[in-house]
Amino acid sequence: MKRTTLSVSVLALAAMTATAAAARDNVQVAGSSTVLPYASIVAELFGENTDLPTPVVESGGSSAGLARFCEGVGENTIDIANASRAIRQKEIDACAENGVTDIIEVRIGYDGIVFASQKNGPAYDAFQPADWYLALAAELPADGAMVSNPNTTWAEVNGDLPAEEILAFIPGTKHGTREVFEEKVLLQGCEDTGALAAMEAMGMDEDAAEAACMAVRADGRSIDIDGDYTETLARVDANANALGVFGLAFYENNTDSLKVATMGGVAPSTETIASGDYPVSRPLFFYIKAAHLGVIPGLKEYAQFFMADEIAGPDGPLAAYGLVSDPELAATQAMIEAEQTMGN
Amino acid sequence: MTDTDANTPRRKSSLLELDARTRKRNAAETRFKVYGLIAVGIGLAFLLALMVAIISNGTRAFTQTFITVEMTLTAEEIEAAEASVLKTGKYKEMVGTAIETALGRAGIDTDMDQKTLLLMLSSSAGADLRDYVLANPEMLDQPLTFDFLASSRVDGYLKGRVTRESLSEDKNLDAAHLDLVDQMRDAGIVERRFNWRFITGADASESRPEAAGMGLSMIGSLFMMLVVLACALPIGVAASIYLEEFAPKNRFTDLIEVNISNLAAVPSIVFGILGLAVFIQVAHLPQSAPLVGGLTLTLMTLPTIVISTRASLKAVPPSIRDAALGVGASKMQATFHHVLPLAMPGILTGTIIGLAQALGETAPLLLIGMVGFIATNAPETLADGFLAPNSAMPAQIYEWAKRADPAYYERAWGGIIILLVFLLAMNFVAILLRRRFERRW
Repeated sequence: MKRTTLSVSVLALAAMTATAAAARDNVQVAGSSTVLPYASIVAELFGENTDLPTPVVESGGSSAGLARFCEGVGENTIDIANASRAIRQKEIDACAENGVTDIIEVRIGYDGIVFASQKNGPAYDAFQPADWYLALAAELPADGAMVSNPNTTWAEVNGDLPAEEILAFIPGTKHGTREVFEEKVLLQGCEDTGALAAMEAMGMDEDAAEAACMAVRADGRSIDIDGDYTETLARVDANANALGVFGLAFYENNTDSLKVATMGGVAPSTETIASGDYPVSRPLFFYIKAAHLGVIPGLKEYAQFFMADEIAGPDGPLAAYGLVSDPELAATQAMIEAEQTMGN
Repeated sequence: MTDTDANTPRRKSSLLELDARTRKRNAAETRFKVYGLIAVGIGLAFLLALMVAIISNGTRAFTQTFITVEMTLTAEEIEAAEASVLKTGKYKEMVGTAIETALGRAGIDTDMDQKTLLLMLSSSAGADLRDYVLANPEMLDQPLTFDFLASSRVDGYLKGRVTRESLSEDKNLDAAHLDLVDQMRDAGIVERRFNWRFITGADASESRPEAAGMGLSMIGSLFMMLVVLACALPIGVAASIYLEEFAPKNRFTDLIEVNISNLAAVPSIVFGILGLAVFIQVAHLPQSAPLVGGLTLTLMTLPTIVISTRASLKAVPPSIRDAALGVGASKMQATFHHVLPLAMPGILTGTIIGLAQALGETAPLLLIGMVGFIATNAPETLADGFLAPNSAMPAQIYEWAKRADPAYYERAWGGIIILLVFLLAMNFVAILLRRRFERRW
């Protein structure tokens, strides 16, 4: 008897503490797994350099993070969404519907996308976007009709490449990286080879032709990885001729097991990406819920700290980890200072 | 006797000589025994492979490389550092100067500048030094000896994970550093030893795997288990007592019984989605809080507890109930004074097994925001422990296994060892309870 009353009172106590769940004092961040390492580095430094608590950074992907961001305003919603792509109009509309009208867009810097194979495998040092399009497209235009991709080795695609079977592990569609890969590599290659023009000449409209350019073959030579880069690394490790798509920072942490491929004759590095010589890079963002500024302690301070020269600048810890710092840092700092929202 | 022998044709049989059928049956039995041994052998081989993998990969996470330096801090230095945005960066530079001094004192020549030299030091060193200075302001102007963590690459070199070849394209460390590390190790500046921080510390960011620890996620798991215990035990036991002792046997209670058994087989990720929908989206409990994790795991553990409690209530012989009722006890008195105490060891065993299952569960936690860079702030109050964002041991291991730096992979294995120690301890307690207190009739 006594035991039961005790347990019941413990239950009641738990319920009471639950209702007291007010006044959150730490910043909550969620979103892109590509931005997560940078955000966690900043959160850690923020916690140890200020009197404010360390922000909580969750991962889950750009789209999932932005969806949570747009759930509404209040302490039970996140303050910042990390994204490896810019927010879409559809998401801005969804936000507005739930009362999230004022959003501050902050560009952190740039991230390179690299192609890498096994350390002891063949060297791929002659890639062009066109090679990737010809190797991975589902269908290629030939003599006025679309035929399924006949290429089986890299040498068939480009004589300068090794005669290895085509096997690529590319990010799955839930990743922001996939979008960049499609636009900057597949679509670019499609244009370069003249396939896009050929498809339009065949009577396809522009959207259909672009979609055909970005459609990836499904015969087992291109495999979508929905997990993280660690999974891609494991798959590349197990296949001597495989190529994987990684973020620059991930590659730089695993140079002992990966050999990086050049693109357009340029090897990826923070320098070549900053100068624009290496073609496949994308900006990284985070989005601040302006309605939470002044409500959640430390939110503005976190954003300011993130974009300070000492952190996001070329000599800061983010650049050391692999971020290509933004040359327009000062403008971003001024924007955060003025709490300038999107569209204003 | 001789009659039957003569009339019925029968097989010749001898006790010494086996006939064909017996031999066949014996052979089948021997084969079956061999199959059984092979099955057991395969199981043991897998277990052995698992243990070898875990221990060989994981034990390295418990030691860490430290750089020992002597330094004297002055008020001016501290003031200058506190004035900058990245205070810990300035503190780290102070450590750099101290390392240079230590190298000079040990007679080790190097032409590296301080920035290159600092690649050997963990970026946590600045924060550690600042914490010490803020906590002990009276220690200024005195010579102090500190042990700072070395960077994960240097640590990897001492653990044999990093070699000169593997650093050939690494921008975080050069082979030249390793030559220096060799000399520093000979001079006693660099040493690898047991690292308590791995067991007690907080999670760290991607850039400093050497500083990451399981401590806070252990606390998160502890609070979650408290919630599970406080919710699942009373509800589960009350439900079982009612169903077993008081409920009428009809279609409706049969249906409930079947559903409880089915619930025990539901994949745990389903409970995660349920937790997200009910506790976070409807009840508006905070994200990433151990309270929510505990409530979600309660849903998962309840069927386990109900089933084991009912089994142990059933095991109490009816004569006990009859005797109690016979001397005039009410049904409730008979249950609570006699049946429940006798069933208690079985109930506790079931509860502990259920808790152990909940402790190792990751899938539901993925959905309620307990994965990421979360276990960083130690809870200050009891309520904080339940409500402030925290991770849990299995979620922390999962998170580490995902991270880019290979040093985190090693820590994930180390985390598994800690988790297994907890699980084994809980199962051991369960066995002990059963052995000591269970009564058989």
